[in-house]
Amino acid sequence: MNTDAIIKVENVEKHFKGGEIKALDGANLEINKGEVVVIVGPSGSGKSTLLRCLNLLEVPTGGRILFNGTDITDSKVDINIHRQKMGMVFQHFNLFPNMTILRNMTIAPMKLLKKSKEEAEKKALGLLERVGLADRANAYPSQLSGGQKQRIAITRALCMDPEVMLFDEPTSALDPEMVGEVLDVMKQLALEGMTMAVVTHEMGFAREVGTKVIFMDEGRIIEENTPEEFFTNPQSPRLKDFLSKVL
Amino acid sequence: MVLLPLSAGEWFADVKKDFIQSFIEDDRWKLFVEGLGITLEVTALSLVMGLAIGVVVAIIRSTYDQQHESMRGAGKVLLKIFNTISNIYLTVIRGTPAMVQLLIMYFVIFASSRNTIMVAVLTFGINSGAYVAEIFRSGIMAVDRGQMEAGRSLGFGYVRTMQYIVIPQAFKNVLPALGNELITLFKETSIVAMIGLRDLTKAAINVQSVTYQAFMPFIGIAVIYLLVVLILTRLLGVLERRLRTGEH
Ligand SMILES: Nc1ncnc2c1ncn2[C@@H]1O[C@H](COP(=O)(O)OP(=O)(O)OP(=O)(O)O)[C@@H](O)[C@H]1O
Ligand SMILES: [Mg+2]
Repeated sequence: MNTDAIIKVENVEKHFKGGEIKALDGANLEINKGEVVVIVGPSGSGKSTLLRCLNLLEVPTGGRILFNGTDITDSKVDINIHRQKMGMVFQHFNLFPNMTILRNMTIAPMKLLKKSKEEAEKKALGLLERVGLADRANAYPSQLSGGQKQRIAITRALCMDPEVMLFDEPTSALDPEMVGEVLDVMKQLALEGMTMAVVTHEMGFAREVGTKVIFMDEGRIIEENTPEEFFTNPQSPRLKDFLSKVL
Repeated sequence: MVLLPLSAGEWFADVKKDFIQSFIEDDRWKLFVEGLGITLEVTALSLVMGLAIGVVVAIIRSTYDQQHESMRGAGKVLLKIFNTISNIYLTVIRGTPAMVQLLIMYFVIFASSRNTIMVAVLTFGINSGAYVAEIFRSGIMAVDRGQMEAGRSLGFGYVRTMQYIVIPQAFKNVLPALGNELITLFKETSIVAMIGLRDLTKAAINVQSVTYQAFMPFIGIAVIYLLVVLILTRLLGVLERRLRTGEH
């Protein structure tokens, strides 16, 4: 086994409605430390399902997922402990609307990591500084733009010091002029060595920041390659077809 | 007191006499004050009990709705049992009149107890719990699924995500409906006079049976009930606005 693999997906299946819908149909994937794995594919191909299986927001109906060597699909494993190490960023931000930005960012470290208020706020403010939103610490989510909300959602996850960050179409709900500011934060994160799995339609990001790009179709991983090879030398006809539509 | 064939002067004198007999003589106003005290006490204690029951039942029902498919083993069986008990409770309580529930509590279940306050609080606590449960469940269901997912993805367990993230938002959603429930509860407690508890309504009945004057005692308590409802409405409005600051 590759000792660098943080996440290992082994023959994972996710069936809905008693097997009628095969959202994932035997996926295999390794995510190594420091890698930025970008997942692309047509709508309904299982990208979100794969990503959400990684932290068990969707429970696979078959196969295993190893996180740092532990099979987290085992029902005896306390998934909550492992989730603390896997940050997740959603398409619709999912900030807590009844809490200030600072509270959004400190509630998990305080309650789960037993950090003191001072300690948690210090870290949160440092992160807000880095994404240029330190002055919004006491605002509520409804007072922010979409791009700001998503940058906050990223920092909220970072407050837990995750080993991996999972992104499910983080820029799809944004107005076009706000996409850049979010991608910049993600790029910065990648440069700092964060291990990331990103579902996105931003092919520029995949090419520039990704270390590995995978293409999904009908619940399967069809192709997996370096960004360079992936975009300039696609193998399967379906990927060629897909790229011709999105590029 | 007869309204029609009297001149204005006579009518006024009559009202004054009724007023003095009903409220001043023998310090009868004290009966009304004590009665209001009992009414408020029963309302407040029933409210606390109703909230406690309602929140628990709402959590059981919404957890069952959202989670039972992904659960396994003993937890699933237990949840199913609690859910069934909750459903029976809701059906029975919401399907029978509060008055009948009160009579059953007093004359059947607690036939040997003369602690009428306890019987009244249990009756209304259990009764309003059923209504609070449905209010609260709709509040929980109205919280976006993404909130639960965000909480879980940070590492909070199901219970802690409910506690820190979902329930506070649900509570805020349903505060107006809970306020209505409180006001309904306050007014509905007037039936405790049936089991001899000396609440505000019973005070008026007692005074009327001594003075044989009905106008002042009953109009009087109507005004008192109305005033309390107006005050409660105002207070709830303030609380709602306080909770909403910052958001939206
Ligand atoms: N909870 C669910 N119940 C039933 N079917 C589901 C559920 N979630 C996903 N599916 C189905 O599984 C398949 C894969 O869905 P998934 O959301 O993973 O696709 P996706 O690649 O993320 O698509 P998109 O680009 O539109 O987000 C789809 O056919 C979808 O309808
Ligand atoms: Mg998706």
